[in-house]
Amino acid sequence: MKQKIEQLGKRSVNALEELGYAVSILYQSLYWLVLGKFQRQPVNLPLIATQMMQIGVSATFIVVVLCFSVGMMLAIQGLETLKPYGAQTQVVTGIALAVSREFAALITGIIVAGRSGSAIAARIGTMQESQEIDALRVIGINPVRYLAAPALLAMVLVMPVLTLFGMFMGMFGASVYTFFELGMPIEIYMSRSFEVISLSDLLQGLSKSILFAVLIVLVSVINGFQVKGGAEGVGLATTRSVVMSISAIVIADMLVTFFITRL
Amino acid sequence: MTDQHTSQQDTPLAIRVSNLLTYYDGRVILNNVSLEVKQGEIMVIMGGSGSGKSTLLRYMLGLEKPDAGHIELLGKDITRMNDNQLHHMMKNIGVSFQGGALFGSMTVAENIQLPLKEHTKLDQKTMQIMSQMKLEVVNLAGFENLMPSQLSGGMVKRAALARAIVLDPRLLFFDEPSAGLDPVVSAELDDLILRLRDAMNMTIVVVTHELESAFKIADRITILDKGEILICGTVDEVRNSDNQRIYNLLNRKPHTDAVNGDEYLQRLTGENIEY
Repeated sequence: MKQKIEQLGKRSVNALEELGYAVSILYQSLYWLVLGKFQRQPVNLPLIATQMMQIGVSATFIVVVLCFSVGMMLAIQGLETLKPYGAQTQVVTGIALAVSREFAALITGIIVAGRSGSAIAARIGTMQESQEIDALRVIGINPVRYLAAPALLAMVLVMPVLTLFGMFMGMFGASVYTFFELGMPIEIYMSRSFEVISLSDLLQGLSKSILFAVLIVLVSVINGFQVKGGAEGVGLATTRSVVMSISAIVIADMLVTFFITRL
Repeated sequence: MTDQHTSQQDTPLAIRVSNLLTYYDGRVILNNVSLEVKQGEIMVIMGGSGSGKSTLLRYMLGLEKPDAGHIELLGKDITRMNDNQLHHMMKNIGVSFQGGALFGSMTVAENIQLPLKEHTKLDQKTMQIMSQMKLEVVNLAGFENLMPSQLSGGMVKRAALARAIVLDPRLLFFDEPSAGLDPVVSAELDDLILRLRDAMNMTIVVVTHELESAFKIADRITILDKGEILICGTVDEVRNSDNQRIYNLLNRKPHTDAVNGDEYLQRLTGENIEY
């Protein structure tokens, strides 16, 4: 019993330490992004562009496919549920709101956490193990400025764009199924969807995507920087980073949705 | 001889480590370590595995903050520097890590140009010429467009050295330069270290456990054991020392501490043994 309490205490302390570390990484990244230029240590622009390509362009296809599938799945469920009430056409409203407020950001976040979050953790972890982080420091390059800040800015810029793609593809997927099921033309479905979505719905989805972007980068970076124990350590950190990122995204989504609906 | 001795004494210090004390998990790693390295000197830090020599190097590079004590590089205390001051200090320092620590995503030339990009406003052409010059110094001309993964162990070390010297630093640190290299390549690297000191008057600190290499390049040798300095002196002083631990290290004789039976049993079982 005593051992279990001790373990719980240690885990709580570790969790608090990691939270503090994440806040410190966020603060330092913002510091370098905003003030780095004035310190004559600007964040490397080509690195940001490279990261945007890696995070954004490479993930577009899988975001398109998965959001299309989720939209179609929602349409299948929605039409089946609304059939007894003869309100099948209302599926347009339900899906438009669900996708724009929730699903597009969530699916995109999970995909990016799995693809790019793990890549960031693995890259930093490998650099940590091969003393490349130490090499950066002795060259006079702050590792947070060089590795975390570009990833953060790239992710924050790219995630909303991917989420917008996701929203469109989610509704498009639903429209395709509805066309075959109800015969509703796709252009009618889409135009009705756009009428339903308000600016606040759009902003809700996009602001969530920015929050998820920050969470993914912070979780991946702290896991990468804390790697110990060679290749096995890198593997563990990568896995941990994906699990933690997805958990953080889902929990943050639930909390944000709760507070937004209370406003 | 006397003149030479006086001139040696007058040489300003490049590095001064004073009463360095560090802990890890409550265990003392470096215990009250003090060390001075003069400008233009090659200081070799030796010791067995776990003696604290690589840890001492990390503190001298400002990679860790000590629990107590001070480290002065070129007359400035790096333990009291903020990030910005350390950034500027690093222009004067070059480091060749044990595994090279070349950036795997960059070519050899890009690796060497990184310190130039960080600390200078030179145009790309000038940086290319400078990196080319340093590659020629380390006999790696023609390999600039290769990735680190395409290089052999000795080439990685030489490329890392080219990166370390690209800013013509006043202090150059090596961590185990000969580790993993065959004797010929290792001897070449030793010659290169001596040439660099003579040509550029660099102060060089080498952490190694290779005796032959240490005796060849060192002006002075510091031997660490269990986090404490056993001796700091010239090659002859170290060779002629009558300290048993130094003798064991130099003659590759294993040293075993007398075992206390009760302590050993307690270590094994994790419990206090009562009779």
